[in-house]
Amino acid sequence: MTARLLPPLSWVSPVSELVEVEPVLRDNVPVVRRFSGGGTVIVDQGTVFVTFICNKTAVTGLQPFPRDIMSWTGQLYGKVFHGFGEFQLRENDYAFSHRKFGGNAQSITKDRWVHHTSFLWDYDVKNMNYLKNPKRAPEYRLARNHTDFLCRMNEYMPSRSVFTEGLIAALSEHFTIQQTGPETALSHDNDFEPSTKLLSPQDLQDIISSKESSTVQRVPGWPQS
Amino acid sequence: MALRLWASSAANALKISSSGARAAAPAYSISRYFSTVLDGLKYSSSHEWVKNEGTVATIGISDHAQGHLGEVVFVELPEAGTKVTQGGAFGNVESVKATSDVNSPISGEVVEVNEKLSGTPGLINTSPYEDGWMIKVKPSSPSELDALLDPAKYTKHCEEEDAH
Repeated sequence: MTARLLPPLSWVSPVSELVEVEPVLRDNVPVVRRFSGGGTVIVDQGTVFVTFICNKTAVTGLQPFPRDIMSWTGQLYGKVFHGFGEFQLRENDYAFSHRKFGGNAQSITKDRWVHHTSFLWDYDVKNMNYLKNPKRAPEYRLARNHTDFLCRMNEYMPSRSVFTEGLIAALSEHFTIQQTGPETALSHDNDFEPSTKLLSPQDLQDIISSKESSTVQRVPGWPQS
Repeated sequence: MALRLWASSAANALKISSSGARAAAPAYSISRYFSTVLDGLKYSSSHEWVKNEGTVATIGISDHAQGHLGEVVFVELPEAGTKVTQGGAFGNVESVKATSDVNSPISGEVVEVNEKLSGTPGLINTSPYEDGWMIKVKPSSPSELDALLDPAKYTKHCEEEDAH
């Protein structure tokens, strides 16, 4: 599987400010614009996703706000990574010491919230070249390039299964765990139109041709009636 | 006594004034955890406020909400003419890592949106009850306001949520 890019759906930054569009187009890297906030991530064989899709009452006393949810996950993952490295929730990233290995994105509605993490179990340095250094970066990044800013989980943990087992153990303190397949997460609502979008080569070509506006545009289909 | 003095000095530091500017003195109350709640408004349990001015109602999010959201970097608003329903989402705010829906406390038709928010979304953080207003709505069911929280009940609601 080759790399693909996953920038957020938000129109805060145009795609051209998030990714190196010409190499992406040249190398046929799929670009998927997702519905949640946060930054752009590379997805390849070394990426591990963990997503919480929760009703607002799923965690007793947890208010459905970004900082509250982020803090709760930081405590949960603190238990998972205990003993494997100096785990920190640094601003909105998961880091060992000052090096990031997990990026987060959230989407919050009135009754539910999503918190998803892209974990860098491993990554190909070459793929990071498809990303631009973001204009909006956490303070602790200190203008470091990707190589100096990031680290790999496999440098701290012996195997992915150790991570998975540790996560299940930590979750078991809050929830009853039941294994299932991905089909249970799929919507059976025929009226549902996902806002996450795969950008076409024409979309990317238009960006290169400077047809992408940096001004605010309405997201097609919003608001939902 | 000590608590009242603390609340007063904190309120002055926050420089909150009553919206509408008709009252001679600021009308506010301080919730336990430093967020402010303005008198004269009604609130939803999902932290939106509405100021009823008869034919038009102004809507935004509360100081409690903006404090919990963090820095707002983008605001998505509906167009004028859009119908909104009580409790339904009409837009969203994006903070650094999250998109969060904003819900209308009342039903009606959007007659105006705050265009300043496209260039200065941070107004929601710095002035949630005044310059950070989001939409103006022509209410379709004025009695819906009765189901909303008054400032005292909303303050209590915030304190109960923060107490966990």
